[in-house]
Amino acid sequence: MTAVFERVLELSQSEGRVTLRKTLLVCGFLVALLGLTVLITSLVGSESLPSRNSLCALLSFGQVECGLSEDQSAILFELRLPRILLAASVGASLAAAGASYQALLRNPLAEPYLLGISNGAAVGTMLALIFLGAFEWARPVLAFSGALAATFVVYRLAHGRTGASPERLILAGVIVTTFLSSVIVFVTTLMDATRIRSFTFWLLGDLSGTTSNLLTISTVVALAGAIVLAAYARSLNLLMLGERDAFDLGVEVSRVRLIVFLVASLLVGSSVASSGSVGYVGLVVPHLVRLTWGADNRLTIPAAAICGAMFVVLADTVARTVIAPRELPVGAITALIGAPLFIYLLKRG
Amino acid sequence: MLEARNITVKYGSRVAVSGATLALAPHEITAVIGPNGAGKSTLLRTLNGGLSITAGEILLNDSPIEKWSRRLLARQIAVVAQEADIRFPVSVLEYVLGGRYAWGASSSWGWETEQDLEFAIKALHETDLESLSDRLLNELSGGERQRAVLARALATNAEHLLLDEPTANLDLSHQASILSVVRGRCDSQHVSALVVTHDINLAAEFADRILLMKDGSPLSYGSPREVLTPELLARAFAIEVLIDSHPVSGAPRATPVHEIRRS
Repeated sequence: MTAVFERVLELSQSEGRVTLRKTLLVCGFLVALLGLTVLITSLVGSESLPSRNSLCALLSFGQVECGLSEDQSAILFELRLPRILLAASVGASLAAAGASYQALLRNPLAEPYLLGISNGAAVGTMLALIFLGAFEWARPVLAFSGALAATFVVYRLAHGRTGASPERLILAGVIVTTFLSSVIVFVTTLMDATRIRSFTFWLLGDLSGTTSNLLTISTVVALAGAIVLAAYARSLNLLMLGERDAFDLGVEVSRVRLIVFLVASLLVGSSVASSGSVGYVGLVVPHLVRLTWGADNRLTIPAAAICGAMFVVLADTVARTVIAPRELPVGAITALIGAPLFIYLLKRG
Repeated sequence: MLEARNITVKYGSRVAVSGATLALAPHEITAVIGPNGAGKSTLLRTLNGGLSITAGEILLNDSPIEKWSRRLLARQIAVVAQEADIRFPVSVLEYVLGGRYAWGASSSWGWETEQDLEFAIKALHETDLESLSDRLLNELSGGERQRAVLARALATNAEHLLLDEPTANLDLSHQASILSVVRGRCDSQHVSALVVTHDINLAAEFADRILLMKDGSPLSYGSPREVLTPELLARAFAIEVLIDSHPVSGAPRATPVHEIRRS
């Protein structure tokens, strides 16, 4: 197994430049790996299920009688699998959005959570929960609006008259994050005590409380969004080297910037609406992808989306099993991995 | 043919360029010289639509550049600027292939074609970077990086090259090598170049025409002999300048006379 993995990795790195062939090879391989991850993690949980019977049920999409009890089947298909699919779509959304923000802002440290964009979406979701609780669709819509507003503010703050430096962008992100955090705290204190706990849990990234509608929205948005961002990857390659350069070479900078900001905010919004702020996914995953296959966004964006899905599925498996039957917020696990990497990247400059 | 006719550019209420006229003809290098803040780079930026003009007109093949789409304009006009600092691992070949963006066809789904690769390799050959094509851009020396920036502009195969201080921060041999490559392109193809520079002697050596600017306005526009006179340079730079001839090429050579007070 590891030998196959190493061989494919070697093969994908041997060709220097990113080509369509290389991208398809890498993405095909990663999709297979993601499928395997989904299969394996759905066998793991606080309730142990018979592996062979579960695999049989999963591979036949529940169409074949595989000897699972009704309860076991319900755990597998109504609890675990939807949660794993949500984790995958949240991970894909955040990693693809992170890779795009990094290219657009010319900053490897840009990340939805660190820039306050997740918090913007969280405020939007809260407002939807409090004032429009009856309308489920209001959550993703307001989360998207919040993410977009936060993106706009950070972008404006970071681009001063002297231009944008990486430090200035992170600083702008910190300011927006802390401001929105205090808004969140303020709104939380207005809630009744029973909701505060579940709400705090959700804020840290929690995949347990989804509905089938939110799962559908988040999956469709993740797929469509990642495809649109990948379609702009060649323009992002040039924007990554500077907006003026990109303009000179023929990129319609303001149009591309607008579309990428909109789509990336949509991805962040839909993932926050369904699962709170899962941090650092957009930082860790694109970084590892670039380290392995280089910085061409035509490969980075789709590969980051698939790896992001895998990363959050694995992190959530840890979150729901490590102190079972109790659970950790998945955001705590991703931050535990992401924060040290952020410090490393910052020190390396 | 790329032409600017009597153009004015304003930053807010401040006039940056006023009444500038020039024409870039095939096979010719035009140098733009003048003191800091004379509006040289601003002029260059307006020529590909990067800055908008408030009066006058800029024509590419007799049609105003506002009417050209970004992509079509980028196929005709390439810019060589000071390279921005690059924070991502990009190889020299990938960087140079960026010059083919404007030629991307929807039939290739955003991927470079064999022809794109040929143009990039030709540009790498012209700039003597073939052996470095797999290296990462931020591993190169300053001179090599500047050559990579030039290679990317050459890979566009544009008929008009606009170079903004392409030789700043380079040593003597690298300065000459950059301009030799530009000269080569202009001589061998239907190409014209505009070079903004602070190096008057380099301009005299390589340029067919020189535009001398001060405070946003053109002081003189003509051959190096016509423009590089002690009177005009004294007016532009407020310093006494001696003009003689380069012992080898015969081009005019400017030597400033410094008033250095020794105690």
